[in-house]
Amino acid sequence: MSDATIRATQLTRRFGSFVAVDGITFEVRSGEVFGFLGANGAGKTTVIRMLTGLLLPTAGQATVAGHDVYRESEAIKRDIGYMSQRFSLYDDLSALENIRLYGGIYDIERTELRHRTDTMLERLGLTRVQNDSVGSLPLGWKQKLALSVALLHRPRIVFLDEPTSGVDPITRRQFWELIYEASHAGTTVLVTTHYMDEAEYCDRISIMVAGRIAAIGTPAELKQSAGVESIDELFVQLARPASDHAAAGQR
Amino acid sequence: MNALLGLLRKEWYHILRDRRTLFVIVFYPIVQVMLFGASVRTDVRNVRLAIVDPTPDATTLELRNRFAATGVFRIVSVTPTDAPLDHLFQTDTAQVAVAFQPRFGERLSRGEAAQVLVFSDATEPNSGTSRQIYVRSVLQAYQEELGLRAGALRIVPRVRSRFNPTRVSANLFVPGLMAIILTIIAALMTALSLTREKETGTMEVLLVSPLRPWQIIVGKISPYLVIGFLSVLSVYGVARIVFHVPMQGSLALLIVEGMLFILVSLSLGILVSARTSSQRVATLAAMMATMLPTQMLSGLVFPIESMPRALQWVSLIVPARWFIVIVRGIMLKGVGLSYVWQETMILAAMALVLLVASTQSFKVRLQ
Repeated sequence: MSDATIRATQLTRRFGSFVAVDGITFEVRSGEVFGFLGANGAGKTTVIRMLTGLLLPTAGQATVAGHDVYRESEAIKRDIGYMSQRFSLYDDLSALENIRLYGGIYDIERTELRHRTDTMLERLGLTRVQNDSVGSLPLGWKQKLALSVALLHRPRIVFLDEPTSGVDPITRRQFWELIYEASHAGTTVLVTTHYMDEAEYCDRISIMVAGRIAAIGTPAELKQSAGVESIDELFVQLARPASDHAAAGQR
Repeated sequence: MNALLGLLRKEWYHILRDRRTLFVIVFYPIVQVMLFGASVRTDVRNVRLAIVDPTPDATTLELRNRFAATGVFRIVSVTPTDAPLDHLFQTDTAQVAVAFQPRFGERLSRGEAAQVLVFSDATEPNSGTSRQIYVRSVLQAYQEELGLRAGALRIVPRVRSRFNPTRVSANLFVPGLMAIILTIIAALMTALSLTREKETGTMEVLLVSPLRPWQIIVGKISPYLVIGFLSVLSVYGVARIVFHVPMQGSLALLIVEGMLFILVSLSLGILVSARTSSQRVATLAAMMATMLPTQMLSGLVFPIESMPRALQWVSLIVPARWFIVIVRGIMLKGVGLSYVWQETMILAAMALVLLVASTQSFKVRLQ
């Protein structure tokens, strides 16, 4: 496939003797919502860190938006957005100040930034609390704001690392609406999660078990070929033999 | 440019909104100077003097009066024998004792040697010696007067302590304190603020952004340069107003040198935090790397000349050592840049090396 925006070949990362990511090969196509599923410690975050340039791979190849992860991490950074597993905004800054900060970092032109800021706050329903410190907002609001900030500079690809963990089901649903909006606007989304129901929202998913990709395809394909009713069932089937390994990989 | 301005604004928000830290930054220098300046003294004052005078006469009375009149001594007891002395010293009632020979005045008037025995509590050797020197200077002054009256010729040394004529210890310590305070504020605060971002996870987002390491470092350093500037002014203010430390040289030069020293400390803080991942470790490391050497090896408390050779070598890489020389030079001796340019160059070189090292070791990638 020539329209792949992320391409990993035999990508591997070891920490000492522990193999966090074990020679995975996959592609993410332009504009799709790609779900990265796996238990805690399966290696999802490590993959994201390698693709965003935070971590050098031990072996293998990968390109993101056509840039090599070894040599062109600076170019990658301009084309991607990132929302980390931990809350990535500044708690002591207001929503508005956080947005301005990232607008400045990504060098968005002033009037354009003001326009995007207004639209975003309106869309999130945060206009009223735009000057309150982000730390005082409910978690769900914070996560939606963090996602919107990660999309502020309209990146070609956005990496979301367990964006919905700890968020209530209603907010999760709203969160996924935001993800779809970004996807419709042409942004490729790579999202990790351990909520199996969220897998159904993705165009394609891969299930990582103990550093390897155990299954990859559309949710429908995967369920059909494994003869199961839900992704949840498939996941339990795949993950059970490796649960010991996954436990060892917990950090 | 936008990015850098944004970062700077953000750092200011962090500083201004963290009320407790801000309070510490503002008041710490003032409290520290007040405490240190008032408590650490090596000048001699209120010395408790015991007199042993077996046969009081006009001469011994005259001498006793002279001791009392110096304002340095307070006579705590006058006894005919030296028997109570041990007790007086043990209970810390007396710090120095002067014992006159029996028939002191009579011997003196007959031209015989009249002996005075001076005891001093040498538990703290330095203060003990200073007190002895004061006692001797009173006796010497009297003897010289006697000699002059008698018309005898002799060599009369006149000793003057320059730059701190009254030997006020605040003059010595307060300039040195500036080094300690600036070190703490600069190194500790930057180390903490960088590792805080690592702990909360915001550092990852900065690293994934197109920001360059130098931009992140400049963003972290600049606000604290401003704060350091204010600290220099506040320490200087307290030194002048409360302790009347003289200012012989140029305030502008002092501020410039202060900023240079802050830059060194800030870079040290960045270097420490680039290599640690938690605020706790960073605090300890920053303390070890700055506080201890600054207090022990800078010449602030212990003279460098009397250190073992090995420690003297170590003191060469302690930035505060050079800064203290500069501050004392400017404030007490009134020298200009032409006298402290070597120290200045050393500090500048240190700043450069540390800045480069911290930029280098500031990893764009996680390990």
